[in-house]
Amino acid sequence: MTKNTTMIREFSEAPPRVNEWRRFRRVFFQRKLVIFGLVILTLLVIAAIFAPWLTPYDPYIGDLGESLAQPSWTHLLGTDIQGRDTLCRLIYGARTALIVGFVTTITAAIAGIVLGLVAGYFGAIINMIIMRAMDALMGFPMLLLALLLAAVLGSGIQNVIIALAVATLPGYARVMHGLTLSVQENDYILAERAMGSDKWRIMLNHILPNTLPPIIVLVTLQLGSVILAEAGLSFLGIGIRPPGAAWGSMVYDGYRFLLSNPVLSFAPGLAIMLVVFAFNMVGDGLRDALDPRLRGVI
Amino acid sequence: MAELLHVKDLVTQFKTESGVVKAVNGVSYYIDEQEIIGLVGESGCGKSVSQLSVMQLISAPGEITGGEVIFERENLLEYQPHGPEMRAIRGAKIAMIFQEPMTSLNPVLTIAQQLTEMLVLHKKMNADDARKKAIELLDMVGIPAAEKRIDDYPHNFSGGMRQRVMIAMGLSCNPKILIADEPTTALDVTTQAQLLEMMKNMVQQFRTSLVIVTHNLGVVARYAQRIYIMYAGRIVESGPTKEIFGRPRHPYTIGLLKCIPRLDEEEGKKLIPINGLPPNLINMPPTCAFLPRCSWKIDKCSKKPWPELTSVSSNHFIRCYVNTKEKKS
Repeated sequence: MTKNTTMIREFSEAPPRVNEWRRFRRVFFQRKLVIFGLVILTLLVIAAIFAPWLTPYDPYIGDLGESLAQPSWTHLLGTDIQGRDTLCRLIYGARTALIVGFVTTITAAIAGIVLGLVAGYFGAIINMIIMRAMDALMGFPMLLLALLLAAVLGSGIQNVIIALAVATLPGYARVMHGLTLSVQENDYILAERAMGSDKWRIMLNHILPNTLPPIIVLVTLQLGSVILAEAGLSFLGIGIRPPGAAWGSMVYDGYRFLLSNPVLSFAPGLAIMLVVFAFNMVGDGLRDALDPRLRGVI
Repeated sequence: MAELLHVKDLVTQFKTESGVVKAVNGVSYYIDEQEIIGLVGESGCGKSVSQLSVMQLISAPGEITGGEVIFERENLLEYQPHGPEMRAIRGAKIAMIFQEPMTSLNPVLTIAQQLTEMLVLHKKMNADDARKKAIELLDMVGIPAAEKRIDDYPHNFSGGMRQRVMIAMGLSCNPKILIADEPTTALDVTTQAQLLEMMKNMVQQFRTSLVIVTHNLGVVARYAQRIYIMYAGRIVESGPTKEIFGRPRHPYTIGLLKCIPRLDEEEGKKLIPINGLPPNLINMPPTCAFLPRCSWKIDKCSKKPWPELTSVSSNHFIRCYVNTKEKKS
């Protein structure tokens, strides 16, 4: 048919191609704050992974003779009451923060995405049950709920993760539910049904990918607030169990010596602030770069 | 040719707060193998809903409340809308393409992913074979450099090209029937002509029957063998294309044809629009729905209910009391 057709070909050559990945990079790296955030996060990840090789001191057992040392060349940020090196504990604290941040966020995101997708797609009674449960969870302030759960479950890193995951879950479910409702009204979903796809294929292959950009942004932003919440729990003494190194408990331990050894509290406080700031900046950058209105722009 | 699909007395309703909308109210039609039929009517007359009903793609608050859809001796309406039997029909036996090419393709998947999906699903092809077949199909529908363009995303394609991709998708599993729901409405006129010509060639080659749903009589004039004219959820006239255009008998069809300019008429002749608006499909009177707009009406029309389709010649049917052949308005 192509041989004898009188049809006029629409284009004799392909139109200029927009490289989506290149466009993403251009928008993403445009802002200096995003790069700053990325640098901080990179340093954090390196510190967390290589912690044992980066520090000459034991983070858990200190030298009591060195107790409450002021910053010096041997202890760059001084030592705490038990003589443990502050910088060393700060680096190990990065491990805690990242593990709690990532594990919590990923768990909560996956569970929330599944719940929101199922609720939005099936609607009716399933939607009712799932979303009302999410609303009930959302009724509690995140930190209060985490506090309650941590108090019930006891301290320790797993329990912190469980508590924070449950507390952040409804946010993902809500966003995913809304996105599913809007995406499934598109013609391509009807077209897909007209082609004989079953519901799982439609949900996973067609609705889910279309909802990912906002979800990715939400995940990045949530990482920051989860780390902040973990610090809050640790500060209140129901987070990471001593002698584990967590920034929040470091702030608490140090604040009794705020006047004599301010570094003890300020250093972990600053670390928390920088990391949350970095995650927020990267989240903002991602949001701009993944903006669908920019799709196809060279 | 053997009869392929026979729709009998199809009724589809939408339950809304203000009442029950009878979008499709007892529609019957058939299509033979390798036949092209046109389903013509203005917006809201139920033509798209009737086609979605055949595919059982009506979602709440819509509901198919009556009728039969006989396809290959099976009544499709007996299958569960989401069941495996119905899914095996959709795409594989009866495919459907939609009006809006800009939104009918998933924006985050490449053309290759979307085209091969159906081949893998219905034809159980492996990925390599499906890709080869997909390139072949794109080439057939006139996408230049198909082997390169197949990895593009829908936004890299123009509207006309996307509709070509949709046609390739529709025909990919070699269906018995392709339902094209206003396939060219969103495209400009030059592209429309190319696309219709290409579609006709494709269905001939695939030995597929084609249902063209449109509000534009011009679109079906050249390609359809038979035409069904729909008004307010019912078919008001049906017959071979030549008969409909040459000897239209229902006042609505006559009205439709009068508002299309013709090349063979004298210059300066005015086009006559049909006065009024289509009726609200909630609480329809039992009398003819076209009555308020009809310029042919007789006393009988407002006293008796809407008549059944009656034959005016061998395969030409109208739903009207007036013998428009004898009386001139």
